[in-house]
This record gives sequence, structure tokens and C-alpha cells, in this order.
Amino acid sequence: MTTQPAPASSPTTTSLTPPVVSMDMITKNFPGVKALDEVKLDLYPGQVTALVGENGAGKSTTVKILTGIYRTDGGTIRIDGKPVSFISPNDAADVGITAIHQETVLFDELSVAENIYIGHAPRTPFGLIDTGEMHRAAAKLLKDIGAPFSPQTQLRDLGIANKHLVAIARALSVDARVVIMDEPTAALSHKEIEELYDLVEKLKSQGKAILFISHKFNEIFRIADRYTVFRDGAFVGEGVISDITEDQLVTMMVGRSVDQIFPARIHDVGDEVLKVVGYAHPTEFFDINFTLNRGEILGFYGLVGAGRSEFMQALFGITKPSKGVCRINGEIRVIRSPADAVNNGIVYVPEDRGKQGAIIGLPIFQNITLPSLGRTSRRGFLQLAEEFKLAREYSERLDLRAASLDQDVGNLSGGNQQKVVIAKWLATQPQVIILDEPTKGIDIGSKAAVHEFMAELASQGLSVIMVSSEIPEIIGMSDRVIVMRDGLIATELAGDELTPETLVRHAAGITTTAESPTA
Amino acid sequence: MTRIIPVRETILACAILVLIVLVASRFSGFVAPSNLANVFNDTAPLIILALGQMVVILTRCIDLSVAANLALTGMAVAMINVAMPGLPIPAIITIAIMIGAMMGAINGILVWKLSIPPIVVTLGTMTIFRGVIFLISDGKWVNSHEMSPAFTGFPRTVLLGLPVMSWTAVMTIIIFGIMMARTPFGRSIFAVGGNPHAAVYTGINVGKTQFWAFVVSGALAGLTGYLWVARYAVAYVDIAGGFELEVVAACVIGGISIAGGIGSVGGAVLGAIFLGVVKNALPVVNISPFWQLAISGSAILIAVAFNARAGRAKGRIILKSAETTQ
Repeated sequence: MTTQPAPASSPTTTSLTPPVVSMDMITKNFPGVKALDEVKLDLYPGQVTALVGENGAGKSTTVKILTGIYRTDGGTIRIDGKPVSFISPNDAADVGITAIHQETVLFDELSVAENIYIGHAPRTPFGLIDTGEMHRAAAKLLKDIGAPFSPQTQLRDLGIANKHLVAIARALSVDARVVIMDEPTAALSHKEIEELYDLVEKLKSQGKAILFISHKFNEIFRIADRYTVFRDGAFVGEGVISDITEDQLVTMMVGRSVDQIFPARIHDVGDEVLKVVGYAHPTEFFDINFTLNRGEILGFYGLVGAGRSEFMQALFGITKPSKGVCRINGEIRVIRSPADAVNNGIVYVPEDRGKQGAIIGLPIFQNITLPSLGRTSRRGFLQLAEEFKLAREYSERLDLRAASLDQDVGNLSGGNQQKVVIAKWLATQPQVIILDEPTKGIDIGSKAAVHEFMAELASQGLSVIMVSSEIPEIIGMSDRVIVMRDGLIATELAGDELTPETLVRHAAGITTTAESPTA
Repeated sequence: MTRIIPVRETILACAILVLIVLVASRFSGFVAPSNLANVFNDTAPLIILALGQMVVILTRCIDLSVAANLALTGMAVAMINVAMPGLPIPAIITIAIMIGAMMGAINGILVWKLSIPPIVVTLGTMTIFRGVIFLISDGKWVNSHEMSPAFTGFPRTVLLGLPVMSWTAVMTIIIFGIMMARTPFGRSIFAVGGNPHAAVYTGINVGKTQFWAFVVSGALAGLTGYLWVARYAVAYVDIAGGFELEVVAACVIGGISIAGGIGSVGGAVLGAIFLGVVKNALPVVNISPFWQLAISGSAILIAVAFNARAGRAKGRIILKSAETTQ
């Protein structure tokens, strides 16, 4: 962990009321990873603090520590100056810390009032739920936050924005003093976002301390009063929003060092393999054009929800694009199903490998040969010898460690299961392999192995599309990078243009023309 | 499948043996080869239907309409036989399989194209099929004297010491054994049930595989429909009423995971044989039918509990030391 000379802004301005929550020297270790390294974070009453950082900076871990889901490995949390220790989520709730998550955790089949008071409903003297009192109290809460629906409404009849309001009302019903909002606008439309901003103002005026996590710079500068920046699990700086510019904040976020070691690659790029022209989808992406060459690693960068995975799924035939043509080796090919894609030499290793990866219950060799059954069968019957041969070839290539290829995949460790999934794809002898967040959630050692392997595949002439939200990985591995924003290609970057600043700027849509030349 | 000693199947086989030995200790005639052959013949329809049901359950579906399908096909071929007594048996069998497959295809289409949960689809078609029998037969029975001797005689024809009914079950077992282990279709059935999301990314069409599973189950129900009606020499609205539950029970006892993806031909067959032995052996040793139901029910619960335990053992291995001992 390198400590950068952070341009930490001036110590907090004028004398403030003391912080409600003060996290000091907080450390959290996971096996192989230091998720948080002596970070600090202060939250003040009546103020919105934006927690800013790239993926992997430690924002989610911080939220989980504040809400009592994780326990710290070092450091102190003070509430009103008094040290506390959270053993369970209840402890956090007891001191008035509440979180509103990206996907709200509510019950569709219950009414709004029931959702607000589930777990702590007012009771009658007989111990039954006091429905009348519950509805009265819920109506008051909803009125306070300006919610345009009644407590009796069924939750399933509400849109996402209104469900957020219910979640907020629920947070207020437990007398929250600290409200954590983790990317609350990620799934909202423009109008709904405006309503959410109004609500944040209302909460501020009631003296709540708000921790606001967002990747969108426009909203950080719109509603936050203060900022705290983390990078790679370490504290970088904090201050008052009005003292800082977008460019300064970007610099603090991404730092200067991409000092992770990536395999050296000879950028030996061959002929065009894949050309995508005008791919469009009614709601998810529009006008996607790019080419991919033999032996090339093409990075796809963007914020969560920029439409990268959605486009990849269309390219792989899982969803159907409304428009667009795809040429493979110059010939127009129609991809209507994943089977078409595999037959045309395109394979997709999805992000959610647990759910979409290995098939537990099938032995290793059957997992590996599953997409290649056409090649291992003769006259409609599978040839076990052929299957074993194919499976052995690719499991050896990937250095898969298993007692026998006949073993159930479920008995393998996570890393080896991943190798089985990759072996399965390589066995189809693809031309293009799409890797969606290939190193998400794996430790640093395994990451390096994945990077090395990717470089090796490219050097063998395979074309790789890598969707990643990690800037060092995107810069370290890609020959070229396509940045997507709001379902469109924002820009394509290569060579010297490929810097953390330009990536973040294009992904977040910061239009200020700073020193870096951008198209 | 390719494991040398499938644990689940071995345990079930032992349970069946113990049951047979216990019964034999009270009534030795039970283990006479001819009697065991009779028990097998009696269980043949259950075996055939359990294999069809196995395919459906492996893809994370369920087919509750098998018994109604059987009854409808049985009635249809019986009426065809009455109308055209000269129609040869191979033609009757072909028609029965086609009618059954067609009804399976109706289930499959509803599951595939309209994404209706399989339990709802087959609960609906189960009732509809029974209704159709009433419509085509006016609620009347087709009795043995109306059927041609060739029609009723075929399942009982003895070949190499066993009736055709038993041979049909044996052939079905062999065909399914090969289909599940050695064809891309069999493999995709396991893949679809084991991890449907992964199957999609592998290029397998999940809905289409489920559709074909229903067609297979329907075709076997159709085949059994003819054999059943011919063997008992009667067709009416309510034949094989409630039999679908016995078929599902055979699969569950045989270790077919109701969550899909896990199971084997051997398991389904042994599950069916277990129920067949319970049904045939207990009356012989004067155990009341009530106990027969209780034993079948307990077997289901024990099998499910056993499977749940087996599934739990396959957790994530966190300790490095534990991994190397695997």
C-alpha cells in the first residue's frame, strides 16, 4: 500500500458542531486483502458528506462497518464523542444509524405502513399490532418527506422512486440520526432524482447527518457539503465541497500511481476479427460501433449502469438488439442466441460466475465439454474417450488441480471452479472471448494470475473484450479502451490518452476541458 | 452416471433387499423367481413413467399430468381399437406414443413460450385431459369384450420368459440409460437443471430443453396408456387416478433432486421398484394397506432428508488443509 502525497485540502473551515459519527484509524482485513487501512470519516449533523472513491476504494466496506454488518480489525468509532463497538446490525440501529441501499430491502406484498414499521410496529395492550396507530404514525412520516401516497398503498404498486421514499420513511421511523445513502440515484430517472435531492435537503434541515455515496460528480457537487476521498482502502483527503473543483477531486480519487504490476505485453495486433456496426437496443444502449482485432485486448470502461454488460449480452445473443450488424472476419453474421454466438466463435464469461458459471452436479470433464458436445459426439452419441481427451487437454493447459476429471465440480475450490469455466470456453476454440469483470471479488494473487492468463491468450491470437470497472486493470491490460456512458460510447482511448483522469472524466461526463486533450 | 459405486443407488438397493429378505422370512414364496418377475411386471408402468418424470424433474420442472395423459391415450387407443379392430398393434403403439407426446408438447409449449410455472401448467392440463376423456367417451367404459384379442393380449405375450410389459420397461431403462449418459440431449438436461443461468451462457436453450423433456414424459405416458388399458382390459375416465403422485414419489425416493440437476436412471428405477415391492409384499404378510401408505410416505421423507444432507456436505471449502484431503 503506497501512501501518496495527497492534496488533502485545508482542515475544515469554520468551527462546526462536533461530528455525530467519527471513525478514526479504522482497519479491516479480509484474507489476502486489506480492505481498509487506518481510514477516517466524520459525519456532521445537518450536513451531507460525500464518500468518493473508485471501485475497491473501500466505500462498501465502510458502510458495512457503520451499519454493524462487519466488525473492525482496528480503530475506533465514536458516536457523540463516545467510543462504541458494534457487535451486530442492531447495535448500529440502536444509536440511530440507518442505511438505504441501492436495492431497497422491502416487501412487495405488504402495505406501505407495514413496510415502514415491520419489526417495530406499535402494539396494543394485548400485544397485537395497533393498526390505527401504525397508519397514523406512517401518514405523518410520509407527509414529512412529502410522499404522494397513503400508508395503505400496497408497496408493489409503487415505482422505484416511491419505494425509496418508503425506505427513507422506514429509516426515519426508527429515529435515525445518521442516514447512509449508497448510490441512491443509480436506478432513478431524472425527475425522480430531483425529488430525491429535495428529500435530502429536508433530511438536512431536520439535522440528520447524511453519508452520500455516488459516482456521479454532478450530484456530488449539487448536494454534498463535504467530501471524503478513499483510494485503495486508504484515506486520501477530506474537506468542504465548495473549496474543491471537479478536476482536483478526480486527481485525488485516481491518484497518480498505477503501480500494480501487469504482465508485459507486445502489442502485436493482427487483422480485424469482429466489427460491430450500429448496435442499438430500445432502452439500454444505442449506436455502438467498434472493431476488434486479432490478439487484441479491448477494454470497456464505464460506471455501473452505463450499459456495458447489457451490450455484451446482446452481442452474445442473450438479449436481442433492435438494430445493428455484426461482422466476423468480414462476413455478416446474425447472432440470435448464445448457441449462434458460440458457433461463430464468440464466448462470454459472465460477471456472476457463481450463478452463471460451473454446473454443480456434473463432473469436471462434462462441465468442460458442455459447449463442445458437437465435436465430442459421433452420430449423435457422445464419445467418452473424446470427451476426456478434450477435458484433459484444457485442464492441463490451465493447470487445474483435481484428483480426477470424473470428480464433481462442486467439490473443487472456487479458484479451480473458475478454471473449469474458462477451460470450458477455451475448449470451444473461440476467436473472441468476452470477460465481464474478470477479477471482481478475487484476491490480489489470483488477480495477477488472471491478468497473466489473459495476456497469454491474446498473444496466442485470441481477441479479448474485457469489461472492467477497475481503472488500473483497464489501463494495465488494454490495448484500447472504449468508455461507455448512459448507454452510448463516450469515447475510445488508446496510448497516451489512456490515463485515469481521462477515463473518469469521460465515464462521469465531466465536460470541462482541462489540460488533457480529449476527442 | 460414470461413478463406480453410486452411493445413493447402493443404499436404496440395499433397502429393497432388506425389505425382500424381511418379507421372505415370513413368507418364503415371495422370493420365488416367478413371483419376483410378477412384482417387476406389476411395477413396469411405474418404472416407465418414473423415467419420463425423472427427465422432467431434472430440468427443474414437474409433470403432474402423466396419469391423466395415460388415461386419455388409453381411452383414445381403446376407442380406435373398437372402431378399427383390424389395425395392427405396432400402429396402435405408434398412435399412443404420438398422442402422448402431443399432450406432453402442450405442457412443454406452455412452460417454454408462456413461462407458466410447470406445476400450474400440468395441474391445469391434468384436469383438462381428464375432462377430454369424458367428452370423447361420454363417460362410458370400454370393456374387454369390445377390444380385439390382439389388443389386450399384446402386453401379456411372453417372450423369453417375461411378458412384453416387462420387456418394455427393460427397453425403456436401456434407452434412457444411453440417452442420459451418452447423448447431447441427456447432458443438456443435467446442465439445465444443475445451473440454468450457466446453461444459457453455454449456448443451451433452457426452455427448449424443458419442452423436449415434457415431450419425452408425454410419449412414455402415451405408451404406458396403451399397455395399461390393454393389460387391465378396460378404459374409463378415472383409470390411474392419482398415479402421478406415485410416479413423483418413485423419483424422489430414487434420489432425483426436486430442485433439478441431480439424479440417475438407476435411482428412478430403484425408487419405482421400492414402491412396487412395498405394494406387493406387504399384503402377502398381512400388513394392512394403512401401513403400506405409511411406509411409502416415510420412505419419501427419509429420501428427501438424506438428499438434503448430501447436498449440504458440498459446501465451500475454506481451509486449505481440508481441500488437499479431498
